[in-house]
Amino acid sequence: MSQTILLRERPPGARQLLMNGIFGENPVFRLALSLCPAVAVTTTVANGIMLGVAVLLVQVLSSVTVALTRKAIHPRVRIPVYTIIIAVWVSAIDMVLAGFFPSLYAQVGLYVKLIVAFAIIISRLEVFASRMPLIPTFWDGLGMGLGFLFALIVIGVFRELLGSGAILGYAVVPEKPLLFFALPAGGFFSIGLLMAFFNVIERWRNGGKASAGGGGGHGHG
Amino acid sequence: MVDRRRSRSRSRSVARLIAILAGVLLFIVALAATAVAAPLAEGGFIRGARILVPDHLRLQLAGPATALDPANFRLTDSRAPDVPIDIRDVVAEPGNKVLLTVGERLDPSAAYRIEILEPAGARDVRPAPWALLLTIVLSSALINNFVFTRYLGLCIFFGVSKKRDTAVGMGITFSLVMILSAMLSWAIFSLVMVPLQIRFLQVLVFIGVVAFLVQALDTILKKTHRSLHQKWGVYLMLITTNCIILAVPLLNAAADSGPAESFALALGSGIGFALALFLMSCAREKLELARVPVAFQGLPIAFTLAGLFALAFMGFSGLSFLR
Repeated sequence: MSQTILLRERPPGARQLLMNGIFGENPVFRLALSLCPAVAVTTTVANGIMLGVAVLLVQVLSSVTVALTRKAIHPRVRIPVYTIIIAVWVSAIDMVLAGFFPSLYAQVGLYVKLIVAFAIIISRLEVFASRMPLIPTFWDGLGMGLGFLFALIVIGVFRELLGSGAILGYAVVPEKPLLFFALPAGGFFSIGLLMAFFNVIERWRNGGKASAGGGGGHGHG
Repeated sequence: MVDRRRSRSRSRSVARLIAILAGVLLFIVALAATAVAAPLAEGGFIRGARILVPDHLRLQLAGPATALDPANFRLTDSRAPDVPIDIRDVVAEPGNKVLLTVGERLDPSAAYRIEILEPAGARDVRPAPWALLLTIVLSSALINNFVFTRYLGLCIFFGVSKKRDTAVGMGITFSLVMILSAMLSWAIFSLVMVPLQIRFLQVLVFIGVVAFLVQALDTILKKTHRSLHQKWGVYLMLITTNCIILAVPLLNAAADSGPAESFALALGSGIGFALALFLMSCAREKLELARVPVAFQGLPIAFTLAGLFALAFMGFSGLSFLR
C-alpha cells in the first residue's frame, strides 16, 4: 500500500497523508504493527492518550530528524543510526512525561520506554522519511502518529466503557461493569473484535473484496 | 576418509560450542551463588523463625520460653528498623515453640527482624534465597507471563507462531539471547552506569547492547557453525525488534536487581515466551483446518485465541514457593 504512494512522481499532499495514516494504513488496525502497547495500556482512555501522544511526538520528531539528515546517513549504517535517533527522542519524551505527569507515568512508564522497539516508527523512517523531503515527511509522521493515537483511543473507550463503565474516569453506565474487559484477557478479545470490525468496513468500502490488511501483513515489534 | 574427518571436526566444533556455553552458564551460576549466599546470622536464643501467612510468626527457641508477654518481643521491618510492628498475642506451643500474632499482614517475600529481650536473642526473618529466585522464575514464566498478561513481544508472537517447528526454534534462540543480554545489561548498568550516574541513558544503552549482542552472535555463528546459523540465524535477526528483550533489562534496572534476580527474571521470561509460542503454534495449526468467519480471518482470530490462553493463564495466579 505504501508503495503506491512512493511510486508517484510528486509527494502527495498533506490531507492525503494524514487520512492515509488515520484510516488507509492505520498502524494498529490495518498494518498490525506495534500491537504490544495497544493492548497493554488501553485499560483506560487516559493511559491510551498518554502513550498515543508519546508515540506521536517520537514519530514526528524522529521523522523530521531523519528527513533533515538523510543526505548525511550512509545507507549501509542507516538502521543503527535510525535506532539511535529514536532512542534519543524516546529518552527525552520519557523524561518530560515522567516530570509532568507522574501519576499517569507510573502506569505506562515501561511502555513509554519501549517505544524505542516499536516497529511502526522505524518502518516509517525506512519507507518514507529516508526518501522524501521535509514537509511531506512531517505530514506522514503526524498522520501515522494520529492514526496510532486514534486507535488507542478507540480501544481505550471500548475497554473502559465495558470494563469499568466509565470514560476518562467519569461513570457513564450505572450498571455493574464487565470486569472481564479490564483484565488482560479482555484486551486480546477487544482488539480481535475491533480488528474484525475494521476488516468488515474495509471490505464494504472495497465493494465486497477481501483485503489483506490487518490479517495478512505481519510486522515485527 | 575425508567425510569422516570433516564430520569429526564438526562434532568437535559443536563440542567446543557446548563447552563455551557451559562455561558461561557456570560463571553465571557462580555469580548468582556468591550474591545469594546470605550471611548466617547467629540468632542467640532464637533458633528459627517462620512467617505463617497472613499474620502469624512461629519461633523455634533454644529453651522453654519464660516471659510470654508481647512486650518481651520486638518485630521490625528491615526497611524501617525504628518502627516496631504491633504484636497482639503470644502463645507457647509444645517443643519450645512460640506463636506470635501480629497486628498487620506480613509479606513472606520481605525481610523482617525479630528480637527477644529476655533471654536475649535476635534473628533476621527472610525468605530462603532459592525460594525467592524460584518464585521470580515461576512468576515471570507463568503468573505474569510476558505475552499473556503484559502483552510484550506480540508482533513476533503472532508472526512466528504459525508453525510448530519455527515456534520451537524461536523459543530456544530467544531464551538463550535473553539470558545473555540480561546479564550483559545488568553488568553494564550496575558496574558502569550507576557509578557514573548516567541512569537516564538506559534506553539508549540497552537497545545498543541487544543490537550488538545479536549482531555479534550472528557473525560468530556464521563463521564458526554454519549449520547452526542456517537453522537459527533467521530468528536471531527478529529478536532485535522484540519488546521483551528490552523490557527485562529495563525492569531489572527499575528494581535495582542483583545478578541472581536478573538471571532469574531473564530465565523465567525466556521460558514463558517459549511456552506461549509453543502453545499458540499448536492451537494455530488446528485453526488451519477450521472454518473461520471471513472478517475474523488472520489476526483477529489469533487475537481471540490468545485471549482464551490469557484467560487460562489467570489460573496460575497465587502460585508461590514462599509459604
